[in-house]
Amino acid sequence: MLVYFSRRFGMTLLVALLAITINFLIPHAMPGDPIEQQLNQMASTAGGAVGDVQAMAKAYRERFGLDQPLWRQYLNYLWDLAHLDLGYSIVNYPERVSDVILAGVPWTLALLVTATLISFAIGTLLGGLLAWPGTSRWVQALGVPVILLSAVPYFILGILLMFLFGLTVPLFPVAGGYPFGFTPGWNWESVRLMAYHAVLPASSIVLASIGTWAIAMRGMVISVRGEDYILLAEAKGLPPRRIFLAYGLRNAMLPQLTHLALTLSHVVSGAILVEVIFAYPGIGYRLYQAIHAKDYFVVQGIVLLLSLSIAFTMLLLDLVYPLIDPRIRTEKKS
Amino acid sequence: MNRGVGVLRSSARVLAQEPLLLAGLVLLLSICLFALVGPMLVDVGLAQVGAVAPRQRPGAEYLLGTDTQGRSVLAALVLATPQTLKIGFFAGVIGLGLGAALGLLAGYFRGRTDTVVRTCADVVMTIPGIAVLVLVATNVRSMSVLLMALIVAGLAWMNPTRTIRAQTLSMRERPYVDIARLNGMGGFELVFTEILPNLLPYIAASFVTAVTSAMLATIGLEALGLGPQNELTLGMMIFWAQSYGAILRGLWWWWSPPVAMMALIFIGLLMTSTGMDRLVNKRLRVEA
Repeated sequence: MLVYFSRRFGMTLLVALLAITINFLIPHAMPGDPIEQQLNQMASTAGGAVGDVQAMAKAYRERFGLDQPLWRQYLNYLWDLAHLDLGYSIVNYPERVSDVILAGVPWTLALLVTATLISFAIGTLLGGLLAWPGTSRWVQALGVPVILLSAVPYFILGILLMFLFGLTVPLFPVAGGYPFGFTPGWNWESVRLMAYHAVLPASSIVLASIGTWAIAMRGMVISVRGEDYILLAEAKGLPPRRIFLAYGLRNAMLPQLTHLALTLSHVVSGAILVEVIFAYPGIGYRLYQAIHAKDYFVVQGIVLLLSLSIAFTMLLLDLVYPLIDPRIRTEKKS
Repeated sequence: MNRGVGVLRSSARVLAQEPLLLAGLVLLLSICLFALVGPMLVDVGLAQVGAVAPRQRPGAEYLLGTDTQGRSVLAALVLATPQTLKIGFFAGVIGLGLGAALGLLAGYFRGRTDTVVRTCADVVMTIPGIAVLVLVATNVRSMSVLLMALIVAGLAWMNPTRTIRAQTLSMRERPYVDIARLNGMGGFELVFTEILPNLLPYIAASFVTAVTSAMLATIGLEALGLGPQNELTLGMMIFWAQSYGAILRGLWWWWSPPVAMMALIFIGLLMTSTGMDRLVNKRLRVEA
């Protein structure tokens, strides 16, 4: 057991360190100097009256330690990270990168966790029904479109939904996480408005991912269907609904739950583009804005968050897993 | 000649057994045909900014209308489709080549080689592709279609590596491999002449997966605005339409053709890969 934990822990540390190193090295390995570029851009928008860009860039580099050797910069970077200091936004200067991230995370989490759970529930049930004999034609007919939709990327579906239900039949708002000029707070009115704004982005995620759940569940239920205990349950004359729910679905559930857990660990990076399309104020939209404003430190910070969040939720999963599935425990002992 | 006919006949038989695969291949091939023939039938000069009157609805003159920059949407689509296919194809080939080579080595030599390859694949898999891509793409001065394919291929090799490795592990225990080994064949020669040909169905299936993940990554980057700025691809068409507010301004004829084309490509890929999966597994069942 201890070996299992320490191996998993070591793996996570390795991944995290690699992610941090990549995050540090790629911008350094590329030609061009973001600071000089930024200053040049500022100089050009300020009508060229800024003065000596070279000297300013040098001053900046000294100020941020960019004139030191690479390994020193790397150690500095690690040290800052250990203090959760991701630096400042270049574009909105006094704003810290960590604040930008913290402002976006709750939106992304709320949207993605809700959408994932809804599509999991619908998709799993549908997949089970598709594999069960005696399911009505109407349900069977749903299978094909749902599976085809799963091939299409979320955000493409988002564009379609926006066109259909935001413009053609304007039922739902098409942009933002709350009405313009509204200050969200902890009250029912806010929750209602936020949920209303999340309908279209969430539906595009749900519609595009139901198929994946349904396909996986269908396969599992088909293999469960041939088991002896199903035959026994039928022979005992149990009501079909009970056989389906308590005998069929339940036993096919475990791999599906693993899949759910894995999907939830990708929640932060899952739907960047959906957020972009709907201007939804989560991490993805902020990343998009930062890319366009060439706000390198914000991009770097968000990218690091994406990698680390996956590494650590995976670790968490691996630690919780033996509690849920005792087979892992015994396997490791033998 | 006879042999060629035989191969054709047997592949026709295989396709007839798996209608899904057939449908997927037909769909993908017709998209390729469109990409090949389109530029010959349509005046691609109309895809340049200001070539035609802006914001024209689809009609007799411009079949798919024109955008706000004065480009014919049809001409743009005709130019963009082959570029997108090119990215997907090259990235798929590179990703698959790398993945197949690593998977074969890891599966055949096992031991330390296997540990290194497997750990690499696992670690790279844990780090979200889009994160690395964004980092590279934001720091590249000017993006081109080829560079795009290279970057995306860097993250399309892990799945093929895993599949091919697992299959090689089981292949290498087969009797015919033992016989080849007893005949004095060893190392690379054995891997490439005995094991590789038998892995072809898996390699074909992995190719489709690799192309799919490369294409997904590509349009992801493009929609974020990190794609090739000076070349037209489907993702860039969507990006421009989106950043000029085409959706909100009701210019549906601008964004819907690239969106539809993209969706068709992905549906074709899904049908092909599901069909191939079934085929490969069916063959496994018969063999067992």
